[in-house]
Amino acid sequence: MRKKRRSPEVNAGSMADIAFQLLIFFLVSTTMDTDKGLLRKLPPMPDPNMQEETKDVKERNVFLVLVNRNNQLLVENQQMNIRDLREAAKEFIENPYNDPDLPVKEPIDVPYFGEVMVTKYHVISLQNDRGTSYGTYMAVQNELTAAYNELKDQLAKSRFNVKYDDLKEDDPRREAIDDIYPLKISEAEPRNVGGTR
Amino acid sequence: MISFRDKTEKRIPGISTASLPDIIFMLLFFFMITTTLKETSLLVQIKPPFATEIKKLEKKSLVTFIYIGIPTSEKYGKLPRLQLNDAFQPIENLREFVEQERQNLVENDRNKMTVSMKADKTIEMGIITDVKQELRKASALKLNYSAASGTQQSVFSNM
Repeated sequence: MRKKRRSPEVNAGSMADIAFQLLIFFLVSTTMDTDKGLLRKLPPMPDPNMQEETKDVKERNVFLVLVNRNNQLLVENQQMNIRDLREAAKEFIENPYNDPDLPVKEPIDVPYFGEVMVTKYHVISLQNDRGTSYGTYMAVQNELTAAYNELKDQLAKSRFNVKYDDLKEDDPRREAIDDIYPLKISEAEPRNVGGTR
Repeated sequence: MISFRDKTEKRIPGISTASLPDIIFMLLFFFMITTTLKETSLLVQIKPPFATEIKKLEKKSLVTFIYIGIPTSEKYGKLPRLQLNDAFQPIENLREFVEQERQNLVENDRNKMTVSMKADKTIEMGIITDVKQELRKASALKLNYSAASGTQQSVFSNM
């Protein structure tokens, strides 16, 4: 009778080395950075068949921010330093003392809060020139977003005792806060002011 | 003196490395899954603007990138240009590009498509406005202005 031959076992000692090599390859080639930035929603293109409806917006409800080609800011017809923009925007959005020059406050019903007076119709209108630098534009966008975020954070802290950022995306508390301070930054249809460069 | 110590020398047994491959494999799989190989090489110079209010983009598979900046190589001129995938493109081609990218997505995800614009902070808004108009025409309305996280001071230094 023939002797049954046992096939020799594969040596797995070098397995770790092979795995190490692969691991190092992936470690080196990996880019962990997820993209970060300011997320915005563009308005849909106006329908050419539709008559352009000019929405009647009261002047007190509009916060006009103009940026010229020299990267200077004109806010509500007054020159302003970018450093003051955030506070100015916050005051406009909130209208804490019911100032008749600042947006109208309307009562709305919000879960958790009940009836709240909010500046429902406020709009921040941002207009820039073609010659404005992108960096300036982003700084302005950032400050305006910061104004909203600070107000939201204040509210979240005083009402729920949590940071706004810590509330989950579909948390009803977050939605309630978003209802009170809806992000309303409108960008005008591009116009050519001061010539192309 | 009574010594409680056992005088015979105790040898510490060597640590078994038998499970080392398993640990390494675990790490390997982690990196294999989280990794995204760099897809495009940049032809334009991009120094992203700083911002403090940035948010992470949620799903990477839904994001399409476009790049705007001044070409790194002199032969393409000194004006800011638009880069899609691996080549410069005129702005008119953006619509077609967005449409194509949209086709690559699963049907349910098509309306969730986000365009991430990576642009240099020194360029002028002209080209960016044009690109935004073109995106609106392509009805790709979710736009992310890509930015680097910075401090308050660095935001003001964008200007």
